[in-house]
Amino acid sequence: MTQRLRWSTFSAPSRFYSMAGRLVPWCWAVTVLFAIAGLYMGFGIAPTDFQQGDAYRIIFIHVPAAWMSMVIYLVMAFFAAVGWAMNARMASMYARALAPTGAMFTFLALWTGALWGKPTWGTWWVWDARLTSEFILLLLYFGYIALTEAIDDARRAANAGALLAIVGAVNVPIIYFSVKWWNTLHQGATVSMTAAPKMASTMLTAMLLMTVACWAYSFAVVFTRARAIVLEQESDTDWVRSLTGAR
Amino acid sequence: MSSVLLATTQRDLLLAGRRRIEALLPLGFFIVAASLFPIGVGPEPQTLRQIGPGVVWVCALLAAMLSVTQMFASDHQDGSLEQMLLAPQPLVMLVTGKVLAHWLTTGLPLVIAAPLIGLLFDMNGAAIVALTATLLVGTPVLSLLGAVGAALTLGLRSGAALVFLLVLPLTVPTLIFGTGAVGAVESGLSPAAHFSLLGAVLILTALGAPPATAAALRISLD
Repeated sequence: MTQRLRWSTFSAPSRFYSMAGRLVPWCWAVTVLFAIAGLYMGFGIAPTDFQQGDAYRIIFIHVPAAWMSMVIYLVMAFFAAVGWAMNARMASMYARALAPTGAMFTFLALWTGALWGKPTWGTWWVWDARLTSEFILLLLYFGYIALTEAIDDARRAANAGALLAIVGAVNVPIIYFSVKWWNTLHQGATVSMTAAPKMASTMLTAMLLMTVACWAYSFAVVFTRARAIVLEQESDTDWVRSLTGAR
Repeated sequence: MSSVLLATTQRDLLLAGRRRIEALLPLGFFIVAASLFPIGVGPEPQTLRQIGPGVVWVCALLAAMLSVTQMFASDHQDGSLEQMLLAPQPLVMLVTGKVLAHWLTTGLPLVIAAPLIGLLFDMNGAAIVALTATLLVGTPVLSLLGAVGAALTLGLRSGAALVFLLVLPLTVPTLIFGTGAVGAVESGLSPAAHFSLLGAVLILTALGAPPATAAALRISLD
């Protein structure tokens, strides 16, 4: 019982499995608590915006979702790269577990953006720089998921996915700037996010609470999915067999 | 080093020359797809002139993706790809040679056919010259990026469809700068900025894509 905890301790799938199993309920608890607090602040306390009315309240889910979509891609590419370079299976499994959650947040950001755009800009969609690059990010997630799902061999899937994620991560800044110039060169910026009206402090607090909720939700879901992937990929090992009671 | 590159290119060109019709299929696709647009959108010259550069570029993208899956497929089937991986010569050079051959057999015909499509879309002389020049700089990028996708999806059941999903989002900058240059010429501005950016994308891809393709081949044939 006197094992030393090293940074690599939880890179063993069996240890990760039991640790994550204990953490998941706590993550869910944090998610629910912060989501309730954030939604109460957002819908109950935060004042109505004088320009956008109550429509602006969708930022409490839109902005955290947009942040998560970008952070998760970077984290996914990082874990995929670590898994490829150091041949760490657990890191590759994290990367695969992160992808669907990242895609979900990207879609959520686009969808809530459309719902927000209709009452404020009068249109569901404009080919604005931010919207377009977020849309391409969604396609990159889909490409990663499709590639890793199409390859049966787990190691080849992880490494091929890692290469794609890295190529994508290198390309994201190029895509972002090209889309930005494309938009400004052609029609001028129709919507500027940088010139948003100053935000009341209650709005900011509600948004930060919702961001914490989104982080905790991501941890909970990704841990659960990673546990399932661990069980699937380690199904011939002794510890999984003893766990499931199989022969 | 460069002899490996030239030998690979020569070999692939010879193989393409033996199957001429197969090698010209992407060009056929390009012309058919581009000529469907006037029928679908309507024959008004004003509209056609406006959508022309975009249509030509998008059709070139699709034609390149359609042909790129064949870059490694037959070598993979007859086992010569594994010999290439085992060869003492650097794999990056071999890959570059194959990409060069792919561009010469599919990219270059598209560049040559582009003025014809430009005429069909009622574009003026200066715009057609700009369009052809952007394709000349841009189509190598498509072959280079397509090679990464083809190497990643080597031997997969749904490989051909996957390449589209994997590579097309990455070609967005090329598409934007390519059509942007033609748009600038049409509105009387200098296309120099777009050409510089397109050239920068080409240099970056030429440096980055062959090593990535080589790494992807090693992953796929592990």
